Amino acid sequence: MKDLSLHILDIAQNSVKAGAKLIDVTLLENADSLVITITDDGRGMSPEFLKTVTDPFVTTRTTRKVGLGLPLYRQAAELTGGSLDIASSPGSGTTVRAVFFTGHIDCPPLGDLPATVQTLVQGAPDIDFHYRHEKCGKASRLDTREMRGALGGVPLCEAEVLNWIYESLKESEETLL
Amino acid sequence: MKTLEELKAIREKTLANIQLRTETGEDSVRIVVGMATCGIAAGARPVLAAFVEEVAKRKLANVSVTQTGCIGVCRLEPIVEVFAPGEEKVTYVKMTPEKAGRVIAEHIVNKQVVSEYTIGMNQ
Repeated sequence: MKDLSLHILDIAQNSVKAGAKLIDVTLLENADSLVITITDDGRGMSPEFLKTVTDPFVTTRTTRKVGLGLPLYRQAAELTGGSLDIASSPGSGTTVRAVFFTGHIDCPPLGDLPATVQTLVQGAPDIDFHYRHEKCGKASRLDTREMRGALGGVPLCEAEVLNWIYESLKESEETLL
Repeated sequence: MKTLEELKAIREKTLANIQLRTETGEDSVRIVVGMATCGIAAGARPVLAAFVEEVAKRKLANVSVTQTGCIGVCRLEPIVEVFAPGEEKVTYVKMTPEKAGRVIAEHIVNKQVVSEYTIGMNQ
């Protein structure tokens, strides 16, 4: 994975597959650290599965016996001196929290966060996403629940809507630079 | 600054189109992009974006672009499958946004499979 936005896309898709109705992606940037929290209200994991979920030889996929999403994400965080924590229980959803130390030479760049949000919505237009990126007291955010209100019956996966998501986030991300 | 007001304008504009699409009810073509860890790491996100953009630009009403998980041949990612009525499934491998433009123009619009990008030519 070249950057953090691709990791976020990959990990948030686990939430989609877990049957979530609302997925919350929050990035909190401080002077020397970045905390990325992905929370969903999906089906959650059993304690047994949770214990082994960052093992590359544990996966829910059926095409092969290797699953690299969470292991790669954990490795990326740990390489910066950070960590990965997962809290989950059946029926109450999952929270994946990763800490990155941004001053570390191995910390990946943020990447194209607007493209990640746009791709998530395109892939699961019936799910709601809440995105928030906070830095130095300023925030860039998007909430598909507010969008639905304005859109009436128009689905979120309409090209013009997806384009609006990208442009609107690109604008607000630029204010954080 | 982008505002929610703009979404209301999009709603007015798009609702008519959606109506039209449901009424014409043509046979639909499905373009499916593999977006598992392997696909994302290999560059599937810009490939998907390129397909979505091309379909919108050309106003291809009967074409849908969707995402799926791992298609099973991770070393050939990004992988894209095209399902068209009355045709066998076509699997394109090692895709790029540029190649996506050609697949839309030649395969989706002109019904000519881009053989050099297919899995058969890349094994």
